[in-house]
Amino acid sequence: MANFYTDNPDLKHHLNHPLMQKIVALKERDYTDAEKYDYAPLDFEDAMDSYDKVLEVVGEICGTTISDNAEDVDHQGPRVVDGRVEYADGTKQNLDLCRKAGLMGMSMPRRLGGLNFPITPYIMAADIVSRADTGFENLWGLQDCAETIYEFADEDQKQRFIPRVCQGETMSMDLTEPDAGSDLQSVMLKATEQPDGTWRLNGVKRFITNGDSDIHLVLARSEEGTRDGRGLSMFIYDKRDGGVTVRRIENKMGIKGSPTCELVYKNAKAELCGSRRLGLIKYVMALMNGARLGIAAQSVGVSERAYREALEYAKDRKQFGKAIIEFPAVFEMLAVMKAKLDASRALLYETSRFVDMYKIYEDIAKERSLTADERKEMKFYSKLADALTPMAKGMGSEYCNQNAYDCIQIHGGSGFMKDYACERVYRDARITSIYEGTTQLQVVAAIRHVSTGTYLSMIRDYESQTIAENLEPLRETLKAMTAKYETSVAKVLEVKDSTYTDFMARRMVEMAGNIIMGYLLLIDASRSDEFTRSAEVYVKLGEAEVAKHADFINNFTPAQVELYKA
Amino acid sequence: MSYNIIVLAKQVPDTRNVGKDAMKADGTINRAALPAIFNPEDLNALEQALRIKDANPGTTVTILTMGLPRAAEVIREAMYRGADGGIVLTDRVLGGADTLATSYSLACAVKKIGNYDLIVGGRQAIDGDTAQVGPQIAEKLGIPQVTYAEEILDITPEKITVKRRLENGVETLRAPLPCVVTVNGSAADCRPRNAMRLQKYKYAASTSEKEKLSDDRKALLEKREYLNIPEWSAAFVEADPEQIGMPGSPTKVKAIENVVFTAKESRAIDNNDEQIEQLIQELIANHTIG
Repeated sequence: MANFYTDNPDLKHHLNHPLMQKIVALKERDYTDAEKYDYAPLDFEDAMDSYDKVLEVVGEICGTTISDNAEDVDHQGPRVVDGRVEYADGTKQNLDLCRKAGLMGMSMPRRLGGLNFPITPYIMAADIVSRADTGFENLWGLQDCAETIYEFADEDQKQRFIPRVCQGETMSMDLTEPDAGSDLQSVMLKATEQPDGTWRLNGVKRFITNGDSDIHLVLARSEEGTRDGRGLSMFIYDKRDGGVTVRRIENKMGIKGSPTCELVYKNAKAELCGSRRLGLIKYVMALMNGARLGIAAQSVGVSERAYREALEYAKDRKQFGKAIIEFPAVFEMLAVMKAKLDASRALLYETSRFVDMYKIYEDIAKERSLTADERKEMKFYSKLADALTPMAKGMGSEYCNQNAYDCIQIHGGSGFMKDYACERVYRDARITSIYEGTTQLQVVAAIRHVSTGTYLSMIRDYESQTIAENLEPLRETLKAMTAKYETSVAKVLEVKDSTYTDFMARRMVEMAGNIIMGYLLLIDASRSDEFTRSAEVYVKLGEAEVAKHADFINNFTPAQVELYKA
Repeated sequence: MSYNIIVLAKQVPDTRNVGKDAMKADGTINRAALPAIFNPEDLNALEQALRIKDANPGTTVTILTMGLPRAAEVIREAMYRGADGGIVLTDRVLGGADTLATSYSLACAVKKIGNYDLIVGGRQAIDGDTAQVGPQIAEKLGIPQVTYAEEILDITPEKITVKRRLENGVETLRAPLPCVVTVNGSAADCRPRNAMRLQKYKYAASTSEKEKLSDDRKALLEKREYLNIPEWSAAFVEADPEQIGMPGSPTKVKAIENVVFTAKESRAIDNNDEQIEQLIQELIANHTIG
């Protein structure tokens, strides 16, 4: 029986990162829950063993049922019946299995019915689920929204809603509207306060993933007469109260099992989550950071699937009397696919660990005041997480698209037919670089870490770490790449022209990404020789990429932006 | 209303992945060469029991397994999926048992458990494929049996209603309790291991496993009664030494041989009714189909 966790030792490598010792001790408050809950860990080893065992369950479900159902789900898809979404049969079965396996609300605290897992093993589950069925990962991964309720809602709301999510009720985040996509400040869904303190929602939302969920987080305009983000608040809508119907679902290119809904709110009863006016500027930003990490995980899952499908085919397919994997043109593609996969996965888990570190401190801060050192550490990791999240989402989703493209290429004509999984993988991959903020918007979020030097100081830190001796030449290459990055950044920033900086932003972010992922693979390769090949291949690739971007920037004058203007 | 349900489960070699060294020269199974798994149809049986438990709070599901001490693994596996606990019937003198001796031994253990309303088990185990143990237990306990069950449709304190999947159709039967029900592989799949239960029960250990644990873990088992998996001996279940193990087993393996399937030349027939009809008749005649 296929198991998508145990068949992939890379996952365990990332799970067993040294920083986990600290993350788990903080998350478990030095293992004090064991007195209250019979399923709480007794110590670090126990906790890690539990993550491992639960991920094995995830891997089993994904390697069998969810993966087996993916093709049928893609063909059948969901449909709308009387204003409600009916999932494809396979989707229903998948959800039922995940509920029974207790894989909902994984990161929620035990007192609210969750498993109290850190983000890192949860993200690993997302990586695995996505490999099995990328569209299903959305439905399952929307449990993320509980995080927003946990962080910002009042205790009564947490008690009422979070246990339901842990029991398997699904969620959605209703943000986008016909005229408010990337620009959420233009959201117009109207929220009106009632004398009893509840609210009524009226209007339309569009492109809502899993829009017929049980519990919705809704961004709506609570302050009449306002037109910007400061007039928006976050609401919780409970499907049991009624008032929201599904007008239609989109006919999409990929992730077809995941219903993308147009919702009509007619006097739908809702309750305020957190404070008024902070809906977009605080809560959605937090929600989006979680969601972006989720898409980064989804992207890595797609990359994994694409690489495996391509590898298997290349070993099997014979042309000119030998397996095609023996031809340089093919084995190069495969080695690069694996390097991109390993690089984006290394970045994913580095990010998830940083997110764990600061989020756990934030949570502890609700129980007691943090020491000065703890506060410092929280801020430090919060900044790193903020810097790496858009990079992991942006570059990870681009890499998964490239891998999906190459996967089809390796399949040749057969890959263009509907007969192989690779065409579904290709279609499913496409959305990852678009939703939860396009790659271009990830660059907007990331660029300030180029200009303020966050990336450079991270690079300096990685540069000084102890690595295996055989990898020293790679470190030298990465140092040379860093010098090029610094020169390019200085050249762009000294002009102090925002259009020019924006024009070059993606190049600079990608250069930083190439270097950071290169170092992460070096560190991985120092812990396990399995990663040496990817480290070598990725640094080769990154070296060429950095040189390309550096050349472009070097040969460019700010005035030449005019050439490109519409 | 609540019920006490015993689920008969067996740890079996995974014969679905048989290699060339699956059998030893003496005709017995080479257990070392095959991974040990939860007998698949016993998982179907467990699911039927757990559904009764879901619908009837207070119901207990106890696994009874006979085998080597490591069979405690199937009990833990069942606990992860929803069972309350289990018993390993293990004893050197029980070794080498055929279905007659096995069913006798298990029937003794069931009597020792005493308080039960229903016994469910898989139709058959994949290592022997006899489908005899369940029915023989019912005989030895003097209670009714319903075999080839696909779904337990209803249960009341007096009777159980069971859908049976038979060769030519479906039959619905009612039987008084207590009774034995053996479940087909066509029944609903067993639910997955549950993440919370997995963490709760992962340290469950049998008596002999407990001896090998660290002091910390031993202390945990002392504190948490539900983590203890009892091991019962033949003497404990008051089994007659003449009716168990080798002495109690009239079945002897005379010989065993490897069968090597050889494909014959393919044969083409013309695409017309006459030729197809002829081929069908031929296949029926040589018992390939029908």
